Amino acid sequence: MTGAEPRAVPDRAISAEDIAKRRYFESTGRRRFVRFWVDFIRQRPLGTAGAVLIIVMLLAAAFADVVAPYDPTAINFPDLLKPPSPEHLLGADNFGRDVFSRVIFGSRTALLVGFTASLVGCTLGLVLGVASAYLGGRTDQIIQRLMDVLLSFPLIVIAIAVVAALGTGEDKIANVIAAITVPIVPRVARVVRSSALSIVQMPYIEATRSVGAGAIRIMFRHIAPNVFAPYLIMLTAFLGQAILLEASLSFLGLGVFEPTASWGLMLRGAGMQFLEQAPWLAIAPGVAISMAVFGFNLFGDSLRDALDPRLRTG
Amino acid sequence: MLRSRLAPVLALALVLAACQQTAKPPTTTVAPSAAGGEKPVAGGTLTFIVNAEPPSFDGHRETTFALLHPIAPHYSLLYKFDPNDLTKVIPDVAAEQPAVSADKMTVTIKLRQDVKFHDGTGMTSEDIKATYDKIIFPPTGVLSPRAGAYAVVSAVNATDKYTVEFKLKYPSASFLTNLASPWNFIYSAAKLKADIHFYEKNIMGTGPFLYDGNTKGQDWKGKKNPDYFGKDKDGNKLPYLDAYKALIITDANAGVTAIRSKQAMIEFRGFTPSQRDDLSRSLPNDLAIQEAPWICVNYVVPNTTKKPFDDPRVRRALTLAVDRWGGGEALSKTTIVKDVGGLMRPKGPFAMNDTDLVKIAGFGKDAKANKDAAKKLLSDAGVPNLSFKFLNRNIQTPYEPVAVYLIDQWKQVGITATHDVKETSAYQADLRAGTFEVALDFNCDFLDEPDLQLAKFWSASKAGKGLNFAYYDDTKLDGLIDAQSRETDPAKRVKLVGDIERYAMDEMAYQYPVLWWYRIIPYLNTVRGWKIGSNHYTNQDLATVWLAKK
Amino acid sequence: MRRYIVGRLLLMIPTLIGVAILTFVIMRAVPGDIVALRYAGSSVPQDVIDQERHILGLDKPMWAQFVDWMTSISHLDLGQSLWTGHSVIDEVQVRVPLSIELAVLATLFAVALAIPLGVVAAVKQDSWIDYAIRVFSIGGLAMPSFWIGIMMVLVTLTLWGWAPPVVFTPLFEDPIANLAGLILPAIAVGYRYSAVSMRMTRSTVLEVLREDYVRTARAKGLRETIVVVRHALRNALLPVVTVVSLEFAFLIGGLVVTEQVFNLNGIGKLLVDAVAHRDYPLIQALVLLLAAVFVIVNFVVDMIYVVLDPRIRYA
Repeated sequence: MTGAEPRAVPDRAISAEDIAKRRYFESTGRRRFVRFWVDFIRQRPLGTAGAVLIIVMLLAAAFADVVAPYDPTAINFPDLLKPPSPEHLLGADNFGRDVFSRVIFGSRTALLVGFTASLVGCTLGLVLGVASAYLGGRTDQIIQRLMDVLLSFPLIVIAIAVVAALGTGEDKIANVIAAITVPIVPRVARVVRSSALSIVQMPYIEATRSVGAGAIRIMFRHIAPNVFAPYLIMLTAFLGQAILLEASLSFLGLGVFEPTASWGLMLRGAGMQFLEQAPWLAIAPGVAISMAVFGFNLFGDSLRDALDPRLRTG
Repeated sequence: MLRSRLAPVLALALVLAACQQTAKPPTTTVAPSAAGGEKPVAGGTLTFIVNAEPPSFDGHRETTFALLHPIAPHYSLLYKFDPNDLTKVIPDVAAEQPAVSADKMTVTIKLRQDVKFHDGTGMTSEDIKATYDKIIFPPTGVLSPRAGAYAVVSAVNATDKYTVEFKLKYPSASFLTNLASPWNFIYSAAKLKADIHFYEKNIMGTGPFLYDGNTKGQDWKGKKNPDYFGKDKDGNKLPYLDAYKALIITDANAGVTAIRSKQAMIEFRGFTPSQRDDLSRSLPNDLAIQEAPWICVNYVVPNTTKKPFDDPRVRRALTLAVDRWGGGEALSKTTIVKDVGGLMRPKGPFAMNDTDLVKIAGFGKDAKANKDAAKKLLSDAGVPNLSFKFLNRNIQTPYEPVAVYLIDQWKQVGITATHDVKETSAYQADLRAGTFEVALDFNCDFLDEPDLQLAKFWSASKAGKGLNFAYYDDTKLDGLIDAQSRETDPAKRVKLVGDIERYAMDEMAYQYPVLWWYRIIPYLNTVRGWKIGSNHYTNQDLATVWLAKK
Repeated sequence: MRRYIVGRLLLMIPTLIGVAILTFVIMRAVPGDIVALRYAGSSVPQDVIDQERHILGLDKPMWAQFVDWMTSISHLDLGQSLWTGHSVIDEVQVRVPLSIELAVLATLFAVALAIPLGVVAAVKQDSWIDYAIRVFSIGGLAMPSFWIGIMMVLVTLTLWGWAPPVVFTPLFEDPIANLAGLILPAIAVGYRYSAVSMRMTRSTVLEVLREDYVRTARAKGLRETIVVVRHALRNALLPVVTVVSLEFAFLIGGLVVTEQVFNLNGIGKLLVDAVAHRDYPLIQALVLLLAAVFVIVNFVVDMIYVVLDPRIRYA
């Protein structure tokens, strides 16, 4: 290995295993990447199951038009509240719309909201956490206080307040996304900050600084990549929570509105009203939400275990 | 909700008996209370559900049923609707029907002499005067949203201890029915004199039930008034009940669960058909159901100040596209709308008969032909792919399903309507500012009375201010509405109303109803003595309600 | 140590002020207010509405309203609800017992679920029991608590025809009725709350089990149970306590939605109703209250930390 630090002489004879390991570590980035995932699949069945769920959801969302047998907003009164049957795999709702199709299209809404909110929130949190850790002093204090203030609000409460403030109406989705992003930022910032703090204290950062590298350069080229692991993990974890928050907001009537297909919305209207008459209306979207969040959580957990066991927080 | 812009100029026959319309009484199913021959039994506590919290305790200033249901039993009115025949107005604290002077400008009312307030003081004409002064001529700082309905009154005089006199500026027949408005609680002059805001936070009335406490957000209790003046037709003292308890349950499903687990007996607003079916399935032997058409309706209101809704062809296309007959049939299975009707309640005294109704745009039965006609109108007007934001309230029943249905119907003729749902106050703000394109409006009244139901159709800059959100001015229509208001002959009046409907909904297509609501009240069949009416505001003093022993 | 305590105490103040400002700003950014809402749909003339606004002080400039509010808070007067006209303190007082009881029950349920399961999962690491427990706990995070609530009601209704009592009975009046009303929501909220705690317990017990002193205890020949309970658990509890407190906000959020589903007259439902009614004083007071509770709980936890582990000192 060129440029590697000199290795200590092993205290036992070099075995075939050692050679194999060395080859592993010497392999190129791409093969390491593949190896990583192969090991992941082999060693972590739960995480793999989670990944499968996620992939299914992504495919459903991407190919919704093809997979869904019906138009999710097509009203068809003759099929009012029909139970699951070959024509309607998950039954029909109070407008005769096919529940299965609505669940599939619902994955689009969920992913759109979840992914955007999580991405924006985590990235903002990353920036704030790194800045806070690196810049220290006053800036750190200010950012921390701000994060504390945001963290003092329970998730739902601040989401409700933001949606109410930004208004309901036609371009709801942007508001819903904003409302969900807000509580994510401080949580990510906090974790990133503590990770970044340990890196900031390392000698090579000091070295880079003394060489004259600018603050931003240091922050983004040296610190951020090292907190990438927790960032990625939180991205997946918060994706799940974001989907859940969107469902809760829609359930409270503060998310998206009819006739858009959204899992939370399906629970709010038809799900609750026809609980006994047509329980499939409540079961299907609830299961969908649970499976989606499940998948992200399982995957995120195992990813964290695989990437850095030190980060295990439970 | 009472439409307070009446301003009618009338020379109608003033006898209240004339107001007993030749209407068919509301239909009921399985109503043991209506079946005569059962002898009322005294005793018991009625538990019922109210799904909102009363904002204050003052009936004069609030407009929500959430106040009437728990609080009306504490108060009396001058006149009220007969619990046994809800089309008739009978005296409550008045002693007899009002006497109208020859010139029809003075209405004299004799009062009962045996009415006592809950604190023991006797009721006199001073109390009536103080009450109506507060309603009609509210002092600064006192809110009276219905004051406009009494604009015809110039003064209220207490001529002697038990006689009160209303002086009118001009003859008016609907004034008398307004005396039966469920909001006009009779208050004590002494209390009002000491503090005009007394009744906003306190209860002290003359009604059949005494105030027995309330826990905010949870319940409201009343107990029998032993000195109540009311008696039933056999001379027995009213009320029959010992007490009542109103449970504040805001979630509709929790309300159904409450009845189902017998923690509550009845709810006075209405349930959806599916909730009714759930209850009948789970309580096959304990449930009674009363149903009736409701004087509540949703309107589609295109904003005529916004292009292209200033073009009557576009407005007509919007209404033609909607298949009301098919929609009514389907939606009535899952939500609280049902009947197809024009501007007056279908099957009510002023309703247009079906043969004429189907000739109006949007009310025909050939859905396909109508939709084709709509498409043609749109392309004639130059907007074949019309798209707009459809403003709606954030309430599930029935605003949401009605809107979903409308959006789908419009989609079938090439119109793309995006559902713009807002909380009530933001929705209201948009309506009043006129910033919307098309909105779903609503109207609820306590009486079949064209002056009330047509209140939204006056010119927007004149009598329709704050009510007419289609924002048009039309002197011809104003003239028509005025003419029907003065017409004394009921048959001729119906015809005039019909002309208005044809003009406003078809020719000009200003604003038009979607479907009329339908009231469904499933309740435990131990409750007797309550008859469903066409609205959820009147007949709530519970004096004649009793509980059968099982 | 005293400096640390005082320092933390002082830190709470700017946080709470920040919370107050943020709440105030957010709620005033909303178009439409309590008066417009109250007379929605009725034809009240505009000047009457303006008059009403003036009486309620809603026509003063923003900063003036904020100052008014902060002044009254310093007198411990949280204002008056615009919707009901009663003081905020009254409204809150009525509902606090229910929410507190629900929170306590949910926490008890969560802890009773989390700790034993977490320990078992750690001890039997990587076995099918471990996997099952981990899946079960993620279920708590994945399933929306309101959906769990709905499903539970569906099950009890269809199987036994039973539904929780709709009216809340205080604990001392009738304990059975009281608990009957709260048991289902407590489970719905507690299950979710237990998820993170369970995983936390598991991982800290795992770590602790690898520590030297545990190996020593094992080497001494002590029974596994004693090893786990007396040595490992005590040290694992520390992070668990942190997580329990951190997730407290989670709990409050869970209360909000669950109280809606079960129609419980608690603080969570009051908050949602207040938002629907644009009742600014009530919303502001409630959020401030909730945030204050949260901050204080955090503080208490930090104090417990200091007592339990003297090694901890923050920079």
